[in-house]
Amino acid sequence: MCAVCGCHDVPTFDAKPAMLPFANVLAQPAKPLFQNDKHNYHYGKGAAEVSVPGMSQARLIEVETAILSKNDALAAGNRRVLTALRVLALNLVSSPGSGKTTLLCRTIEALGDAPLAVIEGDQQTSNDADRIRATGAKAIQINTGKGCHLDAQMVGHAMDDLRPRPNSYLFIENVGNLVCPAGFDLGEDAKVAILSVTEGEDKPLKYPDIFTAAKLAILTKIDLAPHCDADLDAYDANLRRVNPKIDILRLSSRTGEGMAGWLDWLKTHLAAKA
Amino acid sequence: MHEMSLVEGIRAIVEDQSHTHAFTRVTRLRLEIGRFAGVEKQALEFAWDEVMRGCVAEGAKLEIIVLPGQAMCFDCARMIEINDRFDPCPLCGGGKLLPQGGNEMRIKDMEVL
Repeated sequence: MCAVCGCHDVPTFDAKPAMLPFANVLAQPAKPLFQNDKHNYHYGKGAAEVSVPGMSQARLIEVETAILSKNDALAAGNRRVLTALRVLALNLVSSPGSGKTTLLCRTIEALGDAPLAVIEGDQQTSNDADRIRATGAKAIQINTGKGCHLDAQMVGHAMDDLRPRPNSYLFIENVGNLVCPAGFDLGEDAKVAILSVTEGEDKPLKYPDIFTAAKLAILTKIDLAPHCDADLDAYDANLRRVNPKIDILRLSSRTGEGMAGWLDWLKTHLAAKA
Repeated sequence: MHEMSLVEGIRAIVEDQSHTHAFTRVTRLRLEIGRFAGVEKQALEFAWDEVMRGCVAEGAKLEIIVLPGQAMCFDCARMIEINDRFDPCPLCGGGKLLPQGGNEMRIKDMEVL
């Protein structure tokens, strides 16, 4: 008698099903799920060398590949080029209308002769790149069409055309969107999240991913704070709640208040690339 | 989030694998998605049918395995596991948590013909 289950015969897959208590199970078409020799069942000898309940092993392929692996590989390529050239690349992310382009225009004017280039991402129009070019800076507009974010391939193509100069700044203004750009590495040194004081103090809590991914948050339009009862300390507290390590700056592109701190941040981080 | 782009990424990987492993059809595919990855299951499933049409994974069953979220607590400096992005630290009750894991978006395996 079988010592495992008490049946009258050793269960083998070529035994007549009717003789065995497992008849209903063994009568099913044999699947190459495992191999048996008497009471030793080997689940690791199939084509996949691993068993997963409910899956047919001979046809199981382990992939273990990150979904964004192609983007990540292209981003790593961009990062190698930017590192070799000692270019500080910043990925500016925010909701539409936070003042990214205005801040960039003021920043370009304030940086004076410092070499820099700009990549502008929008769904449609070249309005933003036109504004940047009006300051005298090199800019490429990427229109994503239905796309909601820039990806590493788009940025790589733009870099081929822009040919950033050694020891320069590369500003990448992402599509206005607080959700998708968080997941797509472009090869940048840091994501800079821009948040205007009219957007609500709880915005970091409502869209935590982008603020968690950012190294720096810039609160813009602070000249409007008194007119819309904005609590700047509450912005800081909520930013630190989702990202305790985040740097925070407050400024107004319109009045120039706080711009010095932003320019210092830029110069310090560019120097760190050298 | 960007579920359409994600499924397009999956399609590209599946097509690469179909050349490497010489298969003509995917019947089932399992994804591992971290709790903080920001991926909406329903949106992913919607994009799945659209994007996979005409490729080896058309009609494949999609299974999503949710991986736990890990975070560093800045108050007690320990690694903890949390289910929700704004849960307090289960050890000290602190609220300053920096996610450390749970952003995974991986294809685990697939069943092919």
